[in-house]
Amino acid sequence: MSNSEWERDPLYPDSAPGEETFLGQDDAEAVGSYFIGLGLATLLTIVSFFIAISGTTLVWGPSIPVALLVLAIAQMGVHLVFFLNITTGPDNVNNVMALAFGVLIVLLLLAGSLWIMANMNHNMMPMDQIMQMQR
Amino acid sequence: MSAFEAAAGRGDLQRVGHDGEPWEHRYTAHHAAGGLLSKRIVVGYGFWIFLLSDIIMFSAFFATYAVLVGATAGGPSGRELFNLNNVAIETACLLLSSFTCGIASIGARMQRGTWFYGAMTATGILGAAFLFIEVHEFMGMVARGAGPTRSAFLSAFFTLVGCHGLHVTAGMLWLLTMMAQVFAKGYRADILRRVLCFGLFWHTLDIIWVAIFTVVYLMGVWQ
Repeated sequence: MSNSEWERDPLYPDSAPGEETFLGQDDAEAVGSYFIGLGLATLLTIVSFFIAISGTTLVWGPSIPVALLVLAIAQMGVHLVFFLNITTGPDNVNNVMALAFGVLIVLLLLAGSLWIMANMNHNMMPMDQIMQMQR
Repeated sequence: MSAFEAAAGRGDLQRVGHDGEPWEHRYTAHHAAGGLLSKRIVVGYGFWIFLLSDIIMFSAFFATYAVLVGATAGGPSGRELFNLNNVAIETACLLLSSFTCGIASIGARMQRGTWFYGAMTATGILGAAFLFIEVHEFMGMVARGAGPTRSAFLSAFFTLVGCHGLHVTAGMLWLLTMMAQVFAKGYRADILRRVLCFGLFWHTLDIIWVAIFTVVYLMGVWQ
């Protein structure tokens, strides 16, 4: 165990989520991290809006929703890393594990709901036939 | 799971033997020296779990919206209702406020009043601007007869975006409370833990807004 780690906290080497203080990181670097995050997030936002507004003149039509989703997920990653300071370091294992479980539940909920509802829509009798059966 | 073990009062056993000293000695010495840091980690971790559960709640609203987005019942669709200029300004407000909130948390850690109060005030003004535009948009839609009762699509829209707006409103109240508490009580350890949790909350609101402006507004206008 290195000396700087001992000075910081020998027994509880974890970081709280949102904690800017990494080992050996000073305040200037912490501010720099927020500036990088702001720049990347602005860039991704501008690209998203540009793709949605310019429409099919720039990108192949069916790829637009996929491109927007990819850009949004990338921007969420930027927010997590540079604003919430979730890293892959050993001090962040607990935070990443909780996040991974949350993402798993979110994906199950979204995919499951859309799948089930699309299936029910598909199996439902057309509305005019239901109307005729009720007469 | 050392955050859990810290809460349960046990040390991280996996670290035993990394230097010569028995872990019990380090544990007692640690408690004498810096128990507050570990409490900060436990509080931050607990609030992180709450935020993840909040995100799961939002994902249920997103799933509802995605299922109902086509159910306009002959009423207006997103393409006719949404004004992307407003959405761009709202996005800029929230993104910048997330940045100033980060600066405020650094200011609180360094215990520099100019940084903390200045950045918190900027965060509050940007959040208020966001809320103003959103309320203006909602009132405009209701005035055009496109309120939440018009169609299933609009019910889902107002639930999802309105729930985010309520979170921002709660965050604004929390922001003012934190400024008042730092002003009245100073940079005490317990106050700084609350500032940490507030920062986490505000950044998470911005993450949810990224999903909203992509899924609701940009995809709604494109379709």
